[in-house]
Amino acid sequence: MRLSLLPRERPARSMLWLSPVLAAVLSVIGVTILFAVLGRDPIEALRTLFITPLATMDGLTELGLKATPLLLCAVGIAIGVRADVWNIGAEGQFTLGAIFGTWVALNFGGAGHWWLIPAMLLAGIAGGVVWAGIPALLRTRFNAHEILTTLMLAYVSIQLLGYLVHGPWKDPEGYSFPQTRQFEADATLPVLVAGTRLHIGALFALLSVPLGSLLLGRTLMGFRIRTVGAAPAAARYAGFNRDAIVWFCLLVSGGLAGLAGICEIAGGNGQLTPVISPGYGFAAIIVAFLGRLNPIGILFASLLMALLYLGGEGLQVSMQLPIAVTGTIQGMLLFFLLAADVLVNYRPQLQVARRAGAVHHA
Amino acid sequence: MDASAPPPRLRLTGITKRYASVVANSGIDLSVGPGEIHALLGENGAGKSTLVKIIYGVVHPDEGEIAWEGRPVRIADPNAARALGIGMVFQHFSLFESLTVAENIALGLGAREGIGELTARIEEISRRYGLAVEPSRHVHHLSVGERQRVEIVRCLLQAPRLLIMDEPTSVLTPQEAEGLFDVLRRLASEGCSVLYISHKLEEIKALCEAATVLRGGRVVGGCDPRTSSEQQMAELMIGGELPVAHRRAPLKEGRASLIVANLSLPADEPFGTHLRDVSLTLRDGEILGVAGVAGNGQKELLAVLSGERRAPAADAVRIADVAAGLMGPAARRRLGLAFIPEERLGRGAVAEFPLTENALLTSYQHGLVRAGMVRFGAVEAYARQIIARFGVVAAGTQAQGSSLSGGNMQKFIVGREVGTNPRVLLAAHPTWGVDIGAALAIRQALMDLAAAGSGVLVVSEDLAELFEISDYISVLSGGRLSPPRRTHETTVEEVGLLMGGRMAGAARQHEARGVVDAA
Repeated sequence: MRLSLLPRERPARSMLWLSPVLAAVLSVIGVTILFAVLGRDPIEALRTLFITPLATMDGLTELGLKATPLLLCAVGIAIGVRADVWNIGAEGQFTLGAIFGTWVALNFGGAGHWWLIPAMLLAGIAGGVVWAGIPALLRTRFNAHEILTTLMLAYVSIQLLGYLVHGPWKDPEGYSFPQTRQFEADATLPVLVAGTRLHIGALFALLSVPLGSLLLGRTLMGFRIRTVGAAPAAARYAGFNRDAIVWFCLLVSGGLAGLAGICEIAGGNGQLTPVISPGYGFAAIIVAFLGRLNPIGILFASLLMALLYLGGEGLQVSMQLPIAVTGTIQGMLLFFLLAADVLVNYRPQLQVARRAGAVHHA
Repeated sequence: MDASAPPPRLRLTGITKRYASVVANSGIDLSVGPGEIHALLGENGAGKSTLVKIIYGVVHPDEGEIAWEGRPVRIADPNAARALGIGMVFQHFSLFESLTVAENIALGLGAREGIGELTARIEEISRRYGLAVEPSRHVHHLSVGERQRVEIVRCLLQAPRLLIMDEPTSVLTPQEAEGLFDVLRRLASEGCSVLYISHKLEEIKALCEAATVLRGGRVVGGCDPRTSSEQQMAELMIGGELPVAHRRAPLKEGRASLIVANLSLPADEPFGTHLRDVSLTLRDGEILGVAGVAGNGQKELLAVLSGERRAPAADAVRIADVAAGLMGPAARRRLGLAFIPEERLGRGAVAEFPLTENALLTSYQHGLVRAGMVRFGAVEAYARQIIARFGVVAAGTQAQGSSLSGGNMQKFIVGREVGTNPRVLLAAHPTWGVDIGAALAIRQALMDLAAAGSGVLVVSEDLAELFEISDYISVLSGGRLSPPRRTHETTVEEVGLLMGGRMAGAARQHEARGVVDAA
């Protein structure tokens, strides 16, 4: 017997949006079983995971804080994937954004320059752009695929960060902890809600949704991006320069990730440490697909993913579950989403084995 | 048929095959006698392919009976079909380029005999039927006609009693086609039945003694092609009167709008064709037909004219008096070039885009974009205008490209390219695989465009079409382009000889000069 997948003649359009919902529901069922197996009360665990973080104003602002880098990175990733450009190293561009922005903060902070925050943000964007520009160059010059190069550069960036905080940028008064000096007050992002940590980076993230939608849906550039992704031969025929699209997509997504990186530092800890992200850049790939590569969908997906991060922390604190639970749920979400998408487009068929070579197309 | 006569070789009764959205075959009855050459006629989508796949065991019917020499049979798969004595030569060959003829045949037969033994049998068959095939040659050296002969030999080695030929002449020169007919007649005289699928009526008149006509999955009639006129058969196929294309008035000599000068270009893929010293001049108001069997440099020539490939020098391609050889497709379109490519979905149009965005694909330089923003209102209006002018059957401007039939998608693409009022239009196989009605509309659009003063270059394998619409005809063979002949001063035979690579008289001198130039 052989299981094969046959393409459906007409995949249901409604399933385009129903499959992420289905994936979320299946993940909840899966995680419930997981809690039970781990010997925790599943209802209590689900409440900690999904309800508790949303119950307080503090929780809601923390949700926005966590959704900010996810949203910025995922919108960029989605723009690229629409052109069949796979930037899976947003984590690296995020890190470089944090490093470039920090350099500005450390060197010009404390003097009360009005331009300090804008300069830090621009430097952050530049960091991401530079780090994404390398794969763009390698792709367009040497045909080296960005899936490999962006991912490899993500690991390089983490080594670079480690070198800086252990070496030249280490705070001399930091009791030899691997971390930079604290940012001065003028290098810290303004908060949106007094008494919380929600900073103006959330506004940039929100702004990326309409801008991303506008780009993809209404501009000639967006049309080019979608054409290159959907039918490369048609794009060549129409005279759309593929290399230019590769550059554009990588630089835009790198810039957004870099912006996310500096916002995370300047709006959060105010210093670089060896670990500055719980994998936002990678989780953003799941967010992009969960949101159907559509900025509006990505907004909701980023909130869901942020909730998983928050709830996962809650589980660690109140139910003594390991941090790996968060990663497990993320993995389940992606797995169920991919499975649902496959079943929307293909129908499985079990075939009874026939004589060898029975099907022969002369 | 009286009782003493032998039963028909193949008899289909009430064959029905439904797919999720369409009924491909509905209650089809068909009978092929021993030694009969029987034509299966119909437009694209009439259900011919499904029917022969059923006979060959690739597809199983939902209803109906198949009787083979009087006995009811169930054909489970192509092996079962071959065991009965049914052979099929497909439109698209399945030969391994890097293997020899004999090796390919051995693979296809699953033969237990050695290559040496098989080679002897191949040689015997090829001698008996006049099918020139060399068993030891590698397939990638073979022309399309030779490859088809390999496929036929492969079938004949199994001594078939019914041979199915699916559009066999679409890849052949007229002379090669005539050779094929001789083989088929010979086979029929020995008692082998032939089911011949085509929509080329003149061939069917010349070859077949019976015909079954399909339309919309049903049998709509049968006739004796030897006594029916082409007009009658065509009207049976399309189910109505045949509209007539209007020949435009003869024209004055216009200004040159597209000039190619001594263009040589190496192939960019293995088994591609090198262009060798190609020169041509296309003038305003003129239709230049480029004849030839596909695979002789058509793809390469069109790519270097459209800008998808750059020419080696700016001067090698001039569009509207501008050296355009190094320009990309977008820049050449700004000079007034438009292009109807060979592949419709995936190149000429995007399957998952709505018709509005497919209209935008090449007309974005024509006022549909302002300050980088797409003017979707204007795009919508343009798409609606194309649909109305060319009678494109589609569920509105938001219908996805993939939802259109091949003919309607092509009409939309032609409408889009013509709609930009190009100075030069390139058209690659514009009516290939398109039904008669759509083909007429497309030819009319090309002639109207030329009448309005544009230059039109049509690359096609359909000689009848080129003779109908072209002012001049050149032949592309082995990457060389013959000098143009006035259409009314040349003949199908002459063009056919050039297609076979025999450049006569002036052409040979031209070729010789090309060699010197290239050296």
